[in-house]
Amino acid sequence: MKVLVTVKRVVDYNVNVRVLSDHSGVDLNNVKMSVNPFDEIAIEEAVRLKEAGTAEEVVVVSIGTSACQEQIRTALALGADRGILVETDEVMQPLAIAKLMKVLIEKEQPGLVITGKQAIDDDNSQTGQMIAALAGLSQATFASDLAIGDGSATVTREIDGGLETITVKLPAIVTTDLRLNEPRYASLPNIMKAKKKPIDTYTPADLGVEVAPRITTLKVMPPAERQAGIIVETVEELVDKLKNEAKVIS
Amino acid sequence: MSILVVADHDNETIKAPTLVTVAAAAAIGGEIEVLVAGENCAAAGEAASKIAGVSKVLVADNAVYAHALAENVAMLVVELGSNYSHILTATTTSGKNFMPRVAALLDVAQISDISGVVSEDTFERPIYAGNAIATVQSSDSIKVLTVRGTAFDPVAAEGGSASVEAIDIATDTGLTTWDRDEIVKLERPELTAASIIISGGRGMQNGENFALLESVADKLGAAMGASRAAVDAGFVPNDMQVGQTGKIVAPDLYIAVGISGAIQHLAGMKDSKVIVAINKDEDAPIFQVADYGLVADLFKAVPELDSML
Repeated sequence: MKVLVTVKRVVDYNVNVRVLSDHSGVDLNNVKMSVNPFDEIAIEEAVRLKEAGTAEEVVVVSIGTSACQEQIRTALALGADRGILVETDEVMQPLAIAKLMKVLIEKEQPGLVITGKQAIDDDNSQTGQMIAALAGLSQATFASDLAIGDGSATVTREIDGGLETITVKLPAIVTTDLRLNEPRYASLPNIMKAKKKPIDTYTPADLGVEVAPRITTLKVMPPAERQAGIIVETVEELVDKLKNEAKVIS
Repeated sequence: MSILVVADHDNETIKAPTLVTVAAAAAIGGEIEVLVAGENCAAAGEAASKIAGVSKVLVADNAVYAHALAENVAMLVVELGSNYSHILTATTTSGKNFMPRVAALLDVAQISDISGVVSEDTFERPIYAGNAIATVQSSDSIKVLTVRGTAFDPVAAEGGSASVEAIDIATDTGLTTWDRDEIVKLERPELTAASIIISGGRGMQNGENFALLESVADKLGAAMGASRAAVDAGFVPNDMQVGQTGKIVAPDLYIAVGISGAIQHLAGMKDSKVIVAINKDEDAPIFQVADYGLVADLFKAVPELDSML
């Protein structure tokens, strides 16, 4: 089985993003960029399937500017076998990405596609589901456990209030939640080896997909600031404030 | 304009986030219809007909919609959806699961987790874990939206008198089968519906220590939450997680215990009316958003709080 994994280049988890003063977006100048954390979990899961002998090949796909090669190399260093970059300077939105992925799925014929459940920049949580819809495949979102069977996969999903276990026909799209696994770190020898692994590059036009955005961002504002409150000295004072000042407990 | 709201329900009752979604639909303006898709869901359909401001309820009662499998529900919504200008659902794990399928099959973009309505095609939504609020405009003919559960005041669950219409569409893609649920039986309110929440972070040190918070929660009628750090450390299950990648909450009172206040956690709770932080590190960022901060060892402060309630 071949496993396709998607990775998105996003502002690193630890960066405190700032809104630009002209409100056109957030400041991405000289900001550390990384693989979306949920995509790291997706890479890890795919690599584990390969190590277990369930998958023969792990192909990692990133869609965006040429800089996304960095994130593909990271995935290759973590154990993916080869990369595909769909290179474009267009602002990429989930629907367009799903259309590109549908074409790549037709080309590559994977048995399984793993994506992160959301990217931590746009917080959309759409792409995996849209890929599944357009490719006519089943989906298992927010996965915390994945077991590959014969022509199907059994997936435990994180849902409001608990867990749900479903069985999906393969090929399927699985989107990763936090507890699916703990991603490894790349070792130096593997980082060196990753430099020799192949990356194929396409443009959206090569794949015959129109990627113009459907949604226009009119402005980006900082959120309303919360006023810092007061420090209370004792638990007694706290209870008094909650009862008599904030009136939130009785 | 006519708006379709896809209800989140348990076949018996309509879940609270749907009332918030109807409020968002009312802010857009137009006729509001509610779809209840499930199996043996007549009671939920009945409950939906009483929601204030709803003109019609569509009930698709069929085994193929049991457990709200995304593939089947999406096919139904797509078939109904072309009659509407807007299709809305709550940003719950169910809504997040099926709605992007609907948007993709209709060949329209989805705008996720809206926190404000500017006009019929322009909406506000948080990005970067709520560190920025984007105002976005859709150029699509049908607007597919999910609605943040804390962003609008819920409409009244009672008082409406919508007509109820049975929908006779049953599509089974056969792609997915449901095996089982493991739903944690809650003796406390659900996180997203609670008016008081007490959450623990890495400072709790282990899962057993959450018993300290449970006792306070029981006295306050509060829900229990946790930071991602506490979930990652294996102290508590993931469905307790409050934050960017967990639940978004805005209770009247949020008590953060042993939580440093990473931006990803703040993203999930900073709209709470009153925030209390108990942490021994006076430099913890949580104090910058707290209305009342107590710099103290939680293992002393929480039992003391417990004894005073």
